[in-house]
Amino acid sequence: MEAAMDLMRRMPPGSAETALNALLSLLPDHSLDLLSQVDLPLQVTPPPVTAGLPCASAFWVSSPWKSLLGIRCSAGRRVPFDRVVFVTKCAFVASGAENFCILFQVCMDKENMKEYILCEYNRDADSYRSPWSNKYDPPLEDGTVPSDEMRNLEIEANEVFSVYRDQYYEGGISSVYIWEDEDNGFIACFLIKKDGKGTRGYMQIGSWDAIHVIQVGPEEEGAAHYCLNSTVMLSLTTDNKQSGTFNLSGSIRRQMSMTLAVADGHLVNMGKMIEEMEGKLRNSLDQVYFGKTREMVCTLRPPPEVLNMRLPDS
Amino acid sequence: MSDEAGAGEPLSDHQKREIAVWFLSNAPAGEIHYVAKDVRALLGDDAVYEAAAAEAFPEYNKAHLVSLELPDRSGDIIISTYGELDKNDYLDPRTAQVATVDHIKQTCTKLRPAADEELPSAYIEEFRSALDIELSKYVSEAYPKGVCAVYCTNGKDIEGPGADFGFAVVISAAKRSPQNFCNGSWRSIWTMEFNYELQFIEIKGKIQVDAHYFEEGNVQLDTNIDRKDSTIMQSPDDCAVSITNIIRHHESEYLSSLEESYMKLSDATFKDLRRKLPVTRTLFPWHNTLAFSLTRDLAKELALGK
Repeated sequence: MEAAMDLMRRMPPGSAETALNALLSLLPDHSLDLLSQVDLPLQVTPPPVTAGLPCASAFWVSSPWKSLLGIRCSAGRRVPFDRVVFVTKCAFVASGAENFCILFQVCMDKENMKEYILCEYNRDADSYRSPWSNKYDPPLEDGTVPSDEMRNLEIEANEVFSVYRDQYYEGGISSVYIWEDEDNGFIACFLIKKDGKGTRGYMQIGSWDAIHVIQVGPEEEGAAHYCLNSTVMLSLTTDNKQSGTFNLSGSIRRQMSMTLAVADGHLVNMGKMIEEMEGKLRNSLDQVYFGKTREMVCTLRPPPEVLNMRLPDS
Repeated sequence: MSDEAGAGEPLSDHQKREIAVWFLSNAPAGEIHYVAKDVRALLGDDAVYEAAAAEAFPEYNKAHLVSLELPDRSGDIIISTYGELDKNDYLDPRTAQVATVDHIKQTCTKLRPAADEELPSAYIEEFRSALDIELSKYVSEAYPKGVCAVYCTNGKDIEGPGADFGFAVVISAAKRSPQNFCNGSWRSIWTMEFNYELQFIEIKGKIQVDAHYFEEGNVQLDTNIDRKDSTIMQSPDDCAVSITNIIRHHESEYLSSLEESYMKLSDATFKDLRRKLPVTRTLFPWHNTLAFSLTRDLAKELALGK
């Protein structure tokens, strides 16, 4: 698994999906581990078919979602939603390993005319549960849903987070999924997807995908322990005749843990942690994405001003 | 495409090899050994790994213009398609030697002087070495860790003026900082056709710059550009100077354009994607969930009312 993680840190971020599929076919026994550590960035158009890559079974040539499901359900039975999540959390916590990212899908909840994000956390077999209607699409007779208490929290979280998203992102799509944890705590997953299509006569495609998974421990003496794992995936591309192809993409992740009083409710605590985390990640993006890679380019070939200063000395 | 199809079926050796080759070929500059180690561990089958490595390493080395130290320490040799005489034999035009390389270990195993048939004629060599000298000066000034080579791609046996010939210039610079989780590479390939009749040199170039940062994440920069230019045919020394100036000009220009891209994207991202603070210039009022509940209830009532 260590080898698999190291590979995911080196493969081009744009090919992360292909890389993950390859790893899944090489390590079918570790599929749950691999899938649980995948942060799925979000895209509005269906992901491209990963043709040309050999796979464990015939149905990999269809959409990557189906193929992931295929591996998961290798024994021919449907793995129940909460069981999957339990294993997911275990693998996550046990190995403390990094997340890596491939692209997600977004679906339209026709009942409420709102979009929602598809990910492992709201999937059961081949269907995805909308956080707005709490129904599966395609419909599922006994699809797993959160308990009433969790569902109420989920409804409120989606609404509030939607406003938060609007304030900071001025657009985009968000979804929150909450489910019970085994020890009387719960897990909440907050997802945001934003696509930017810059204009200014400069052909540019950008996207920001954020995934925040908070594990909340059981309430003890009026306080609870919150463990947040966040990943932001950013992709920026320009392609024009003048400046050629410029593609900068990848992901960074951070962790934050706090014990807070539950007096004002979980949502306030979780919200504040996420807000603080996003602020930090945004700054990191500036330093990491722009700063470090730009520094590398200048190290490879220092700008002329630096050279001109050097020449008189030599 | 049925869902019950053997998801538990083991992969064939051929499939495993294809996967291994894919991983190896996509390794970022300077990282193929790390990737190789991981792939070898994952495959658990040395025979398949060696077959994949034998296929992937040579292509990787050529694509990344890997440079290896010559056994006699006379310099470096660049592995490129232009200098390839044979799968494992590469010409170093500067020292007129041929090195046999082990692609997987990325070392030179043998060295021998180049045979006359492998080298250009004296006439061509005049142009080639003049260009090589000018170019080496430029590369050592511009790139802290750059190497370059000039190859004759066609017409190497031409004895005197009257016919066309072609050269390829290869520049490669790499920076490895694995302890800082950062690696990068600059590769430029310039091809030029010397046209005798028109007394004209047509130049085409492709520049590729990559960087990889992987502390707590995986960020990769991947850029490339194509350039064209031309100049008139002159004496070998004058040609060398004007060609090198053209290359210098385009490469500096590209560097500035990369800087510009960085500035624009930096502004654009933070405008188009996420604000630093909401319009209210205060943090989000999480405590006001009560207000949201009220809004929600009101909205529901209004909807029902309709």
